[in-house]
Amino acid sequence: MRNILGKGLSSWGMMVLLLIVPLIFYYTGNAFYLDLATRLVILAIAAVGLNFVLGFGGLISFGHAAFLGLGAYAVGIPAYHEIYGGWDALASTNGFFHFGLAIGVGALFALVTGAISLKVKGVHFIMITMAFAQMIYYLVMSIEEYGGDDGLVIDMRSEFPLISLDDPIQFFLIAFASLALIMWLVHRMVNSRFGMVLRGSKGNESRMISIGYPTYRYRLVAYVISGAICGYAGALLGNFTAFISPEMMDWSRSGNLMFMVILGGVATIFGPVWGAIAFIVLEEILSGFTVYWHLPFGLMLVLVVMFSRGGISSLLRGKEDK
Amino acid sequence: MSAILQVQNLVKQYGGLTATDDLNLELIPGELHAIIGPNGAGKTTLVSQLSGFVTPTSGKILYKGKDITHQPPHTRAHMGIARTYQITSLILDMTVQENIALALQARDGHSFRFFKPARSVKRLQDGAMEILEKVGLAEKAQMKTSELSHGEHRNMELGVALAAHADLLLLDEPMAGLGPDETGKMIELLTSLKGDRTILLIEHDMDAVFALADRISVLVYGHVIATGTPSDIRNNEKVQHAYLGEE
Ligand SMILES: Nc1ncnc2c1ncn2[C@@H]1O[C@H](COP(=O)(O)OP(=O)(O)OP(=O)(O)O)[C@@H](O)[C@H]1O
Ligand SMILES: [Mg+2]
Repeated sequence: MRNILGKGLSSWGMMVLLLIVPLIFYYTGNAFYLDLATRLVILAIAAVGLNFVLGFGGLISFGHAAFLGLGAYAVGIPAYHEIYGGWDALASTNGFFHFGLAIGVGALFALVTGAISLKVKGVHFIMITMAFAQMIYYLVMSIEEYGGDDGLVIDMRSEFPLISLDDPIQFFLIAFASLALIMWLVHRMVNSRFGMVLRGSKGNESRMISIGYPTYRYRLVAYVISGAICGYAGALLGNFTAFISPEMMDWSRSGNLMFMVILGGVATIFGPVWGAIAFIVLEEILSGFTVYWHLPFGLMLVLVVMFSRGGISSLLRGKEDK
Repeated sequence: MSAILQVQNLVKQYGGLTATDDLNLELIPGELHAIIGPNGAGKTTLVSQLSGFVTPTSGKILYKGKDITHQPPHTRAHMGIARTYQITSLILDMTVQENIALALQARDGHSFRFFKPARSVKRLQDGAMEILEKVGLAEKAQMKTSELSHGEHRNMELGVALAAHADLLLLDEPMAGLGPDETGKMIELLTSLKGDRTILLIEHDMDAVFALADRISVLVYGHVIATGTPSDIRNNEKVQHAYLGEE
């Protein structure tokens, strides 16, 4: 349990700081950092979703940005139609519809593409998940109605009773609460009987099959759950940026999510959050130096994969164990 | 007497190589049936076909009267066939107990249970401990599997197969790589398992085979050249010529 939590104290401390520091910045006149933290938290949710299959399931999906993008479009497209009539009855509670749709579309896309992708292993799986994501990317880009490759501005954020996503503080708190809830759910799932099957299949698939597990089915369900989580993160992201574009699904975005998971430490609960923090910080620093910041970024990913096998979580663990 | 397993005219070809060659075999319920044969005779290939990981080129496998030739391996596991691997195949990053509990869980209905921690499911954990007692690994239950010795891994292999509560155990060289002491213990353990279930034992160690087997089949180039009681086999000329004579 302890090692699965990534790291005890330092990780809990990190979560507390992640909640408090942005608020302090905001109230001291640095609203920008609250925005940055909100984006970080949303990406962390997606990374937690990816880690569920990548870290715990050993399924190296290189197309998870598609789920994020689909989730955002699940908010943007209905919002677009609302402005020009229709959907009025749902007006003040349309958030439930938007977010429900985002989760549903994420799950459905995972079900369809997972059913095919999971038939193959290794590099083939990586390539095919990437190919499916690119398909969605080009599909969305080709729909002129929703802005094609220019994207689409969302004029009105999703509406919920009592809360307003237009208020940056409320938005941040909701995103943070979502992250915490999803981390808790994932923690429960990976320790459940389902999670044991998922992790066992990563550890030794033929052994799992020979003791009677149809591993394909379990992996597919895990993939669907992962897609749903990332769809939800996408709904948050669409609302946050108030702008959707095919670029959200670009393969480099999928790579960024993998970066977060691997840098943070696969198969840990807090790892993806560490990874998201590292990603945002590096992005801020490197993009200040050069517009070609993706290059040093990619090199870093390679170094991380090669030299710190357990990511940030294991570095912390190593230190605290001494 | 109706056989629990019938293998009929089984053939497996790898390109030009015939690994299983018109193989016929019948297992009587409750017997310990050993298969001996030189390296490369096709013993592991046979186990893989019986457990469903390798599809035969032709021929039939009947289990409890049902044709299972084309059943996937996980279905065969649920029908009561368990195998061990010649080369240890365990989930190394899980604990010893988790490995066994997972095998028990497989027989405990589906595993689409997402919330309750697996470690708090008492019947799985207790059941796993029971099996670990049997194979002498109770004290190592909480250790990571990767930390155990080769001999302990061989015992775990057997433990996982036992956890399946299978009617038919396919044991592929359980003593492979064991020292004399460990081999002795393994023979004892297998002796204690005899009778309750049908066991197909692949083994190179002749002392072990003659001590344990009710019947023995001799496999040479993928073909069963003789089947009989240990004394039949010992005195069989063909066998002495083809196999035992070499020693
Ligand atoms: N996947 C494969 N592809 C090609 N040839 C194979 C394959 N698997 C096994 N063989 C060949 O089939 C023959 C039988 O192999 P098998 O492993 O079944 O022998 P064995 O009796 O188990 O040997 P050992 O005593 O060494 O374990 C060998 O010649 C082997 O090289
Ligand atoms: Mg073999």
